[in-house]
Amino acid sequence: MTEQTLQVEILRYRPETDQDPAFQTYTVPYRDDWVILDALNHIKDNIDRTLSYRWSCHMAVCGSCGMMINGEPKLSCHAFLRDYYPNKVRIEPLANFPIERDLVAVTDDFMEKLESVKPYVIPKQERAVDDGPHLQTPAQLNAFKQYTMCINCLLCYAACPQYGLTPNFVGPAALALAHRYNLDTRDAGREQRQEIAASNEGVWDCTFVGECSQVCPKSVDPAAAIQQTKIASTIDWYKALLNPWGKR
Amino acid sequence: MSRKPYLRKMPKSWWLAQRRYTSYMAREMSCVFIGAYSVLIVLGLYRLSQGRAEYGAFLEALQSPPSLVFHAAALVFALIHTVSWFSLAPKAMPLQIGEKKLSGGPVVLAHYAVWVVVSAGVLLVARI
Amino acid sequence: MAKSNKPIVWSLFAGGGMLSAFVTPVLIFITGLAVPLGLMSLDSLSYDRMLVLAQNPIAKIVLFAVIFLPLWHAAHRLLTTLHDLGLPKGRIAMTLCYGAAALGSIAAAVVLLRI
Ligand code: SF4
Ligand code: FES
Repeated sequence: MTEQTLQVEILRYRPETDQDPAFQTYTVPYRDDWVILDALNHIKDNIDRTLSYRWSCHMAVCGSCGMMINGEPKLSCHAFLRDYYPNKVRIEPLANFPIERDLVAVTDDFMEKLESVKPYVIPKQERAVDDGPHLQTPAQLNAFKQYTMCINCLLCYAACPQYGLTPNFVGPAALALAHRYNLDTRDAGREQRQEIAASNEGVWDCTFVGECSQVCPKSVDPAAAIQQTKIASTIDWYKALLNPWGKR
Repeated sequence: MSRKPYLRKMPKSWWLAQRRYTSYMAREMSCVFIGAYSVLIVLGLYRLSQGRAEYGAFLEALQSPPSLVFHAAALVFALIHTVSWFSLAPKAMPLQIGEKKLSGGPVVLAHYAVWVVVSAGVLLVARI
Repeated sequence: MAKSNKPIVWSLFAGGGMLSAFVTPVLIFITGLAVPLGLMSLDSLSYDRMLVLAQNPIAKIVLFAVIFLPLWHAAHRLLTTLHDLGLPKGRIAMTLCYGAAALGSIAAAVVLLRI
């Protein structure tokens, strides 16, 4: 019996030699328990050692293997060949980000934005170790738990046309994480995060396309976080209008 | 090693590239019809304020084929707006009872229920 | 970053979106299709009936809301959609969209007050 194979078309870009990226086609063995990442590893190990891409965990945890597969952002360790076979598969680096090399995207922009929303608990008062644990009930935890699942894979940014159109847009994952800490009962940093989240480049660039939530492999639902932030920021705005002598 | 990051351009036709983007664009396009319909109501009220004959002419214009085509298209887009609006509503109002997060289904259903009641009410009033 | 004034237009957008999701389809159906096609009697929209309606102060407020909110909803969405289609965000597009909505709202108010 002849071995079943699958063709994969990969967008290559080698900055030393290439002016523009171009597709290169490889033929890989087809196995129904292989994911796209296995096919890439097969190419790297057996066909073309120059191919560059990021990965680490191979189990949808590290968030480093995101790429466009047939035009949709996916974790390559989470996308099975059997869902594409026997058709050719087209693999490109994450959309909306510059290409560093082959399938490696430049994600510095996201890192800066993530930092800007202060994604960590900012307590009202510094707590000493002697104060003991900062307790939280399961109900309080569940209010924001889904947003803690984010693995920073950036599929949501690759899916977001508003990020593509307006690169200054803070974007789905960072805004979802801002919301996550705002909802945390141990946190008192909302006002600091609102500086970014409620600015023009924050939630207001979002038009609720909703793709971020569609493609998120962790069901974080950034679109919901952004929508809720819009509503809360609007309430803030009217409150400030009615009470101009209040703080801010 | 020197870096040379490559920037890809987002094509203007990005919303045709994928089915979900296209339905997003259809949803957004509903605004053209909803806005135009608002203007049409203003026009109707203006004709009403002018008198019986003028208002009669307005009603007659509503029966013209272009008007019927416009309203048929407007109805389709208005329905796209309604359905998409309701389907996204749960995202704006997360519900949690105790520890349990509730699914969005009931919120969507409640919207449809209100919609049916409101539409039936308007139809009834119009018929009286 | 500057504090945003987007909440004004966004709240109108959201309010108008909510209102038109509930009422626009049935209104379009009645005035644009059912009555003109004879599925419903022409009396529904008759001059005398509509005049009584438009002269009622409460109905005036309802009519104004049904015109005003969806109009702003549409203007705001049109602005973002033009941007989606490749038009640069800027003062001109903003003035045109919101200006049109403002003009429409004023026209509606004037007509309703004069009936
Ligand atoms: S929100 Fe979801 S898609 Fe976006 S970075 Fe986090 S895990 Fe990835
Ligand atoms: S390799 Fe870690 S998420 Fe895919």
